[in-house]
Amino acid sequence: MTKQHANWSPYDNNGGTCVAIAGSDYCVIAADTRMSTGYSILTRDYSKIHKLADKAVLSSSGFQADVKALQKVLKSRHLVYQHQHNKQMSCPAMAQLLSNTLYFKRFFPYYAFNVLGGLDEQGKGCVFTYDAVGSYEKVGYSAQGSGSTLIMPFLDNQLKSPSPLLLPAQDAITPLSEPEAVDLVKTVFASATERDIYTGDKLEIMILKADGIRTEVMELRKD
Amino acid sequence: MFLIGFLYLASQSVKKIIEINPYMLGTMAGGAADCQFWHRNLGIKCRLHELANKRRISVSGASKLLANMLYSYRGMGLSVGTMIAGWDETGPGLYYVDNEGGRLKGDRFSVGSGSPYAYGVLDSGYKFDMSVEEASELARRSIYHATFRDGASGGVASVYHVGPNGWTKLSGDDVGELHYHYYPVPPAIAEQVMEEAAAE
Repeated sequence: MTKQHANWSPYDNNGGTCVAIAGSDYCVIAADTRMSTGYSILTRDYSKIHKLADKAVLSSSGFQADVKALQKVLKSRHLVYQHQHNKQMSCPAMAQLLSNTLYFKRFFPYYAFNVLGGLDEQGKGCVFTYDAVGSYEKVGYSAQGSGSTLIMPFLDNQLKSPSPLLLPAQDAITPLSEPEAVDLVKTVFASATERDIYTGDKLEIMILKADGIRTEVMELRKD
Repeated sequence: MFLIGFLYLASQSVKKIIEINPYMLGTMAGGAADCQFWHRNLGIKCRLHELANKRRISVSGASKLLANMLYSYRGMGLSVGTMIAGWDETGPGLYYVDNEGGRLKGDRFSVGSGSPYAYGVLDSGYKFDMSVEEASELARRSIYHATFRDGASGGVASVYHVGPNGWTKLSGDDVGELHYHYYPVPPAIAEQVMEEAAAE
């Protein structure tokens, strides 16, 4: 007799796509605002971008309930860090914290596909990309979510980041200027929206620079 | 180095050699998060050992700490195939440790989906008294051949050396370029003629 399998799953996938690009003195984090379940749209106006610290912004697609829980944990840990160290967490520190937080639920994971973007201690842009259980690496750009398979090859083609493992080392920072990077992100989402049913409605872009954070919103196809 | 999720290449640049501390390295095969987390955890335990005992931990001890930790999670679905390489008072040490809790001491290992291909090259070229240059070239070629035949291997081949004063990274080469380095393509007649014409 075959084993009875559960017909209820604790997980759901709310779809959506997140992208981040690191520059020499900026970081661009973008995500669409559509939240879906199955073939239905729950809302067209859900932000998947969360500011964790002054220099660290998290964008997550996947199961938004788990994302919300994850975000709460990180926010509270950041608050404790600020009390104990009298300063904000840096982006690389937040990256390690996120990895550990994800791994601590190794046997009942957060169904969240994360991209962490921000500025490092030297003011250079940095992007960290994760899997659901916390493995991470620092990259020059990344896409996660339902449209990631459509977007990543295009970003590889345009941004051609040399591997950080090469010796002699080559910089992973994109040579693009900030307006060019924002333009690239808009292009990439417009294309992903055409072919991915879970991506669309609106595009929210956050641009992090040393002097502050700027937000832009662009309309996407709603079909 | 490849990271695969659902037949999609998640990354070509995952660090598969993890720097536990300045004189010990761990290699990663299996689950990326499992390997990253447990190697970092091992690094913490090694440091605590140093603080408690006022001396560095041996490679044997470090590998046993990891093996015991993984044994306690046996059957729960962790996926870790790793080698711990380091230098201690007894000289160089190399151990293979996996998620079943297995731990083996040896002179050479190959781990991962491409390991059979790497073993072929590694075993045929290995001698215990090889020089560092010979050994690093053998390692590089073994990795290259594994990436050539195994779909789940590729990206950059990194080579590290672990000596009495710690580890250093010797090289990191894109395997696509290594291919043409080992098997250069003789230029076609038409290209040769064009080159000669351009040179005139």
